[in-house]
Amino acid sequence: MASHTADLEASGAHASNLQHHFENPDQQKDASTIGMWVFLVTEVMFFGGLFLAYFVYRQAYPAAFAAASNNTDLWIGAVNTTVLICSSLTMALAVHSAALGKKNLIVLFLILTLILGGTFLGVKAYEYHDKFVKHEVPGQNFDCRDEAGNPCVDAAHTPLFFALYFGMTGLHATHMIVGVGIILFLIAQARKGAYGPKWHTPVELFGLYWHFVDIVWIFLFPLLYLIDRSGAPR
Amino acid sequence: MADHTEHHVVPKKIYFAVFFALIVLTWVTTLVSRVDLGKWNIFVALAIAIIKASIVALFFMHVWYSTRLTKMIVMCAVFWLILLLFITMTDIWTRSWMGVPGR
Repeated sequence: MASHTADLEASGAHASNLQHHFENPDQQKDASTIGMWVFLVTEVMFFGGLFLAYFVYRQAYPAAFAAASNNTDLWIGAVNTTVLICSSLTMALAVHSAALGKKNLIVLFLILTLILGGTFLGVKAYEYHDKFVKHEVPGQNFDCRDEAGNPCVDAAHTPLFFALYFGMTGLHATHMIVGVGIILFLIAQARKGAYGPKWHTPVELFGLYWHFVDIVWIFLFPLLYLIDRSGAPR
Repeated sequence: MADHTEHHVVPKKIYFAVFFALIVLTWVTTLVSRVDLGKWNIFVALAIAIIKASIVALFFMHVWYSTRLTKMIVMCAVFWLILLLFITMTDIWTRSWMGVPGR
């Protein structure tokens, strides 16, 4: 036991960060990384069910999906995708700064990630508000109309699109709200100097989560916003 | 490739290159959606999305530099997702071919 402790000190590990059931910091980090990835696999399957529902109903009612999708705002969607990609870059740079031990840069990039994530959520809230105002929320007062004010093509099946729209973007936004909470915690810890080259696993694993949420949006954007945008006759 | 990730710091320029590619592809997919490619629109949109997701996973999420075990776990997610989507959709796509009731 004594020699084990001596090994730890020789390897330069911060004793409080190395749990006793791991041999060394590298093993501990690999185990943590694998644990996070296994969680992300379950997340892939969680979102996968919604994607499957989307494909099944889009296959069944293509005209209704095309008409309803044209009621989303293409440019807002594209700009928000850009915002989210920027937040992924700042997150990657936060992990990079942590690995190099640049404490102020970790805090700066985490705050930038927080601001960009908050911007994305704000834009999403604006879009949701717009859909409520236009009665595009499935329910008793649902009404889908094209730009000319005429009822949507196959209007009876357009609520399916909007139900999936709210379900998928809502689950995605929920993940981002959870992420925002974790970023606040990481910023507080980083300010205290908790993360450095030897140990910054929480920053790195949160990065995996944040990029995963980005990947989900990378698929949601074309599937929800980009159906039948060419204006060609259907 | 080394079988563990110790002290590997990905060069910053790789992050900027991936970021630049993601931004370009986002706007390419947005603009291409406005061109009528018939049934190919969705395939182009999904192909671009798969490329974007892959480079995010490989470089932002460090899969490229990770252990073999981590890579295998990532491939499990892809494999299981393909099973879920593709096997179900083969049923949905082909059921109407036979003209049988209960479609």
